[in-house]
Amino acid sequence: MRGAMSFEISGAAIDPDALKAALVQAGAGACVCFEGWVRDHNDGEAVAALEYETHAALAVKEGDKVLAEAAQRFAIERAACVHRVGRLEIGDCAVWVGVSAAHRGAAFDACRYIIDEIKHRLPIWKKEHYASGTSGWINCATRGVAAPT
Amino acid sequence: MLEITAQYFAAFREQAGRERETVATRSSTAGELFAEVAGRHGFRDAAARCKVAINGEMAPWDARLNSGDVVLFFPPVAGG
Repeated sequence: MRGAMSFEISGAAIDPDALKAALVQAGAGACVCFEGWVRDHNDGEAVAALEYETHAALAVKEGDKVLAEAAQRFAIERAACVHRVGRLEIGDCAVWVGVSAAHRGAAFDACRYIIDEIKHRLPIWKKEHYASGTSGWINCATRGVAAPT
Repeated sequence: MLEITAQYFAAFREQAGRERETVATRSSTAGELFAEVAGRHGFRDAAARCKVAINGEMAPWDARLNSGDVVLFFPPVAGG
């Protein structure tokens, strides 16, 4: 943890237990965690694996901003978020968000706020590799056009 | 003429077939340069859904360009 708020881009597997432990605070009565996992299908296509690419410096800068906003808007104690980059397999944790707060309402709200903003604002891109052998870049508004790899 | 280094990410990099290039341009803003390189490389995403950074900082599309700037073009994002 770099302090009360921590955002990281990681090329290594996410360790939810260690991240959750860093949220512990005597004044915290609630902890809400969200994990985004790689699933085996998207929009009717069988997905074999995912690849995430980022501009790390700008992603961290924007991620820190999102966490600071969450701390301003909601009565939380600590918040952390880690986003994976590189190739991920089905079932891998792609993104982890955790928030501790005195009460559950703020923890739920802040966690939802953080994951929604992270998905829409950070320079992170996702390429799906399909079971059919094709692949496509995905974005949060429209599905990518599959192209032969 | 301005001499700009353009860098492409994700789908843009694959469509352009390169990570970066030096562009001699009469475009005076990031948005004009985007339209120029999008036309050349066949980028299909509207600027409104994309993002741009100049010299390591996110920038608005109407940001003025100076010779020597490094301009990063980001296609629509998809975290999570």
